[in-house]
Amino acid sequence: MKKRNLTFYLFIIPVLLWLMLLIVFPHVDLFLSSFQFENDDGVTVLSFNNYLSFFEDSIYWLTFLRTALYSISITVLAFVVTFPVAFYLTKVVSRKYSSFFVLLLLIPIWVGELVTIYGWMILLSDYGVINSFLIYLGIIDTPIVMLYTDFSMIIGLLYMSMLFMIIPVMSALDSLDDSLIEAASDLGASKWTIATKIVVPHAMPGIASGGIMVFMLIIGDYVAPNILGGKSSLWFTEQIYNFFLTTINWSQGAAFGFLLLMLSSAIIWGVLKLTGQKLERVGS
Amino acid sequence: MIRSLPNSKFYKIGYRIYISLFYIFLTIPLVTICVLAFNDSNFIALPWEGFSLDWFFSDTTERLGLFADEDLLISIWTSIETGLFVAFLSTLVGTFAALLFEEEKFRFKGLLYFLALAPLVIPGVILGISILLSSTSAGIYIEDNFGIYIESLGPSFWLVVFGQFSFCATYVMLLVGARLKKFDRTLEEAALSLRASRLESIWYVTIPFLRPAIIGAFVVAFLISFSNFNTTIFLIGSDLTLPVDLYTRIRFSLTPVLNAVSLMIITFITIAAVINIFVNRKK
Amino acid sequence: MDHILEVKDLSKYFVGFTAVQSIDFFVEEGGFFSILGPSGCGKTTLLRMISGFEEESEGDIIIRGESMKGIPPEKRPVNIVFQNLALFPMMNVEENVAFGLKRQKISKTEIVTRVKEMLDRVGLNGFEKKNVTELSGGQRQRVAIARSLVLKPSILLLDEPLGALDRKLREHMKIELKLLQKEIGTTFIYITHDQSEALVMSDKVAVMNKGRFEQIDTPKNLYKNPKTSFVAGFVGESNPFEITSYENGVLTTSHGWKLTKPNLDYTPLKLFIRPEAFILNPTEDLEGIDVVEMKVKTILFDGANTKISAIITQSNDEVLISLPQNAQFEDLKEGDMVKVGIHQDDLKCYKD
Repeated sequence: MKKRNLTFYLFIIPVLLWLMLLIVFPHVDLFLSSFQFENDDGVTVLSFNNYLSFFEDSIYWLTFLRTALYSISITVLAFVVTFPVAFYLTKVVSRKYSSFFVLLLLIPIWVGELVTIYGWMILLSDYGVINSFLIYLGIIDTPIVMLYTDFSMIIGLLYMSMLFMIIPVMSALDSLDDSLIEAASDLGASKWTIATKIVVPHAMPGIASGGIMVFMLIIGDYVAPNILGGKSSLWFTEQIYNFFLTTINWSQGAAFGFLLLMLSSAIIWGVLKLTGQKLERVGS
Repeated sequence: MIRSLPNSKFYKIGYRIYISLFYIFLTIPLVTICVLAFNDSNFIALPWEGFSLDWFFSDTTERLGLFADEDLLISIWTSIETGLFVAFLSTLVGTFAALLFEEEKFRFKGLLYFLALAPLVIPGVILGISILLSSTSAGIYIEDNFGIYIESLGPSFWLVVFGQFSFCATYVMLLVGARLKKFDRTLEEAALSLRASRLESIWYVTIPFLRPAIIGAFVVAFLISFSNFNTTIFLIGSDLTLPVDLYTRIRFSLTPVLNAVSLMIITFITIAAVINIFVNRKK
Repeated sequence: MDHILEVKDLSKYFVGFTAVQSIDFFVEEGGFFSILGPSGCGKTTLLRMISGFEEESEGDIIIRGESMKGIPPEKRPVNIVFQNLALFPMMNVEENVAFGLKRQKISKTEIVTRVKEMLDRVGLNGFEKKNVTELSGGQRQRVAIARSLVLKPSILLLDEPLGALDRKLREHMKIELKLLQKEIGTTFIYITHDQSEALVMSDKVAVMNKGRFEQIDTPKNLYKNPKTSFVAGFVGESNPFEITSYENGVLTTSHGWKLTKPNLDYTPLKLFIRPEAFILNPTEDLEGIDVVEMKVKTILFDGANTKISAIITQSNDEVLISLPQNAQFEDLKEGDMVKVGIHQDDLKCYKD
């Protein structure tokens, strides 16, 4: 090996500090804390109690399952809703306007989740814009309850995450040569065939990265379920949040956090394996 | 199907309607907020009671407008400060990381790179609680063994900065790294051949090439920091950042000042986005 | 003359293959030394070892009597002109040329004078503030050379810098480069796969093949007396033949053409004959000449380089023959029979 020059150390020391102090050490500590349990004598001991209580109390593991299933379903929904848009913006609309349309996509992302979720709260509340509008039109007499339901929670989660699906899918579609679609059409393929046999397979890497981003954002979200979801719309992050900030039982919260991390890692790993993607591509 | 292929009228119109509905869905929450920010009402939603700038300028206890609400202004300032520190730190370390992973060879590079990418797939909540746990443990350890109490290791301004930095650096690394992949390494060799040291060659040749990406990454890191809630909520001390302040107000004291401050954010972001487009067009 | 560069038993091994194997040579002060070889022969690796971008696996590089072992590129008294020139796109001409000077502790005024002097020398005054992207290919070339020469290196290494230029400009730059080198007297080491570049410009040329030097010689010797069959085939044009037997001073090609070549102390396997070695309609009384009858197959008109392709009636071997510059054979046409003589000395025979 060549002798290392100073520059190498200049680069690697801050990077190591970042990764060790802020990524590795905290997660090791999270793992260790999850086994700490205060027994009846008030002494902290190592135990599986934090994990056992997860399985003993059905509200916990039911919420866990619910969160997982909802996250997967909303991720699929995000794909279904945004794919035609991504295709439209890359292949259909004239290039003159496409940058304007893409700009519109970016604004909600940068404005931030809190503001957009708040916007949905105004829209969906009993005296909100949608109900007022419907009453004004005479379609309904009394407001439909939309806020604080699973419906409003799904809308919120979908809204704040779907744009992270569009962007990678668009960049994947950008590299699809138009002549492939023209050729398929020339050979007599129907639109449906072209979409399922050519467009979607080509966009698969983008769909996978987008899917992972969206899934991760939804499963780890707190704002949308908490602000838009009702009392019955429990989300697993809310339980973690409660252990940390309300009932102050950190090791129990750590155990739940670790379970969430395992769940999301397992699903992401599975998707990466299934689609043959590399983690590296997810960020790009 | 695409620009060059003929389509049935039905298909074309159907597609356009779908896209329009999508954009309505996309913009309606933001438009609603912007309009209601000028509503002369004490409630956040409808009915429309007439135009008013009260929620920006009024200074009464009943209607405390944005520019009179000191707490809100402080939390905006805290967010700006946090964002600047986070952007600076993550741009620095993220750029180092990009240079390290693109240009250097060393043992365990693959493992280290994997760790650097990990924040992409760790939910923000998890990052928040694990950093909270570990910094608190570190604080207790230091206090027990050295008798020094470090306030910043508990929930505080600096803990928020480091917490947000932990994942912003990854985004910077990816953005700068993408540009670095297009860099012609012989330029660096040319600089070395012209008697520049390794550091000089990076400073005078590589960094100027990366400059647009570095500036972009700085802005991205600032914006991510400015709007972050999921990680921040666990690390925050007494100085609330704007998203945490907004959250608390949404939960406990809903007033239309939220519309006003949201309008300001939306306006700011829109202007920034438009500037960005014009700058890119020029190139 | 002093040896400004000495390379001793230099080798470079990569995983699975050897890029450079046991190379020994020296370069004289003020010389124009070319390394000529096909792509993949290891010449770039050799250059990168001299400049310090690659570490040698074995052997040593000595510049002005000092070993370069472990010395990083920025500390070596050599500069490179890269194949793609590697001009800094974010700097103008002046800043590019001043770049190396600014990295040393040199006063601003001196930098300004030296840069100006250098730009004058390469004929680029008035271009100081131009961005390098606005320059023509030849001008960019000169900036790259000026940028290196301004540092007064012991040796200037040039890595096929003319490769990207179009033919006309390349011909012009060849001459310009040679004149520039003569004028300033810096030692140039030039690597190329283009034999004409190497032959026109160099004082000495090393022909490299598969990581080794086949021959180091003056361009003239290289052309006249190639030492190996590779050099004979690679440098200049040649008609190659396989030799199947050598008995009593007579060579027989694989097609059965017999040629007299007395006094070889080995059994040759390959034979090369230059197109210009063939003498059309030789006078009968010349010594040491084999005469053979050929049929003109086709005429390859190329101005002064016009050749004919002809079939030897005796053996059906096909050969390329240069036509003399005078108009003597102007009305030769397809199907004509000609008598062709070859002198024994022009038969270059090799064992492998």
